[in-house]
Amino acid sequence: MPAGTLYRGREGMWSWVAHRVTGVLIFFFLFVHVLDTALVRVSPEAYDEVVATYKTPLVALLEYGLVAAILFHALNGLRVVAVDFWSKGARYQKQMLWTVMAVWFVLMVGALYPVLGHAVREVFGS
Amino acid sequence: MSADTTAAKTDDVTLYDVDNPAPVIEAPRKRTKKTPKATRGNFEMYGWLFMRLSGIVLVVLVLGHLLIQLVLDGGVSKIGFAFVAGRWASPWWQAWDLVMLWLAMLHGANGLRTIINDYAERDNTRFWLKMLLYTATVFTVLLGTLVIFTFDPNIR
Ligand code: HEM
Ligand code: HEM
Repeated sequence: MPAGTLYRGREGMWSWVAHRVTGVLIFFFLFVHVLDTALVRVSPEAYDEVVATYKTPLVALLEYGLVAAILFHALNGLRVVAVDFWSKGARYQKQMLWTVMAVWFVLMVGALYPVLGHAVREVFGS
Repeated sequence: MSADTTAAKTDDVTLYDVDNPAPVIEAPRKRTKKTPKATRGNFEMYGWLFMRLSGIVLVVLVLGHLLIQLVLDGGVSKIGFAFVAGRWASPWWQAWDLVMLWLAMLHGANGLRTIINDYAERDNTRFWLKMLLYTATVFTVLLGTLVIFTFDPNIR
């Protein structure tokens, strides 16, 4: 760790690291995503062919990971806003982080079936 | 330190009074007449504010987008050229996607700029990484905008 760095471990630092990593991941996804969407200007066949890969079980798993990253970044982003603008934000930052994780967990359980259901049916037959 | 260093014999004497006021010590970073007028401006402060405001809007736009694309109406399985044609027939969803594209790209690019500034320590590396970032960002925003505005459902 470089000398003079501000963060010294614990929840505050790890949530910041995770916010950073997820932000970068989403940005790279978005870059690719605009490219694949641009295929609608090439031909319907080209677009449908690429989108077909989005429907395979392996990519469904990646989509679940993307949802995990975005949900964390979004919820923790709101927490960062609260820490900065709410007068008691800094005092409750830890409680807010656990709230973020709880909401994240519930939403991730809720996303299991919609995002991964079709993949499970394809792999194990239905 | 040499042994004969003695404290200045001022401890018990009042150096300053009404006629001899103590020199003023400016608060750190106070703007004075000597501060150059042309500082770098408030760019970083507006960047900081933009990250927070765009983030709040993106919660609605991006989570709404994910709900539509991955959860409602059969999830990913329904997506295809015909589905996109149906959505972009509506100005509402065109505008939604356009605002989401611009905000997400600018928010993400500004975030990556911060990260490059943090980790790329050599001036040259930092410069070229940022040029790469800006090029990719301008390209992506323009391409995405063009695609929304020139979309043709009867391309074939
Ligand atoms: C795996 C999850 C995702 C799927 C299946 C998906 C699907 C789609 C589809 C089908 C379109 C075509 C237009 C429409 O129907 O609205 C689209 C456009 C778009 N999506 Fe997504 N999306 C996903 C995730 C995301 C995420 C996470 C973001 C933002 C960070 C995003 C940003 C956009 C943007 C900006 C457009 C407009 C592209 C353009 O202007 O050419 N999408 N997406
Ligand atoms: C879904 C809603 C979102 C919210 C509420 C949100 C919120 C935030 C906030 C408040 C920050 C500033 C953190 C700080 O200054 O310490 C931030 C940073 C960042 N965001 Fe987002 N964001 C969202 C979506 C996105 C998207 C779609 C992307 C990618 C295209 C993204 C990429 C980034 C990056 C790369 C950073 C910089 C991280 C850092 O400097 O450590 N965010 N986000």
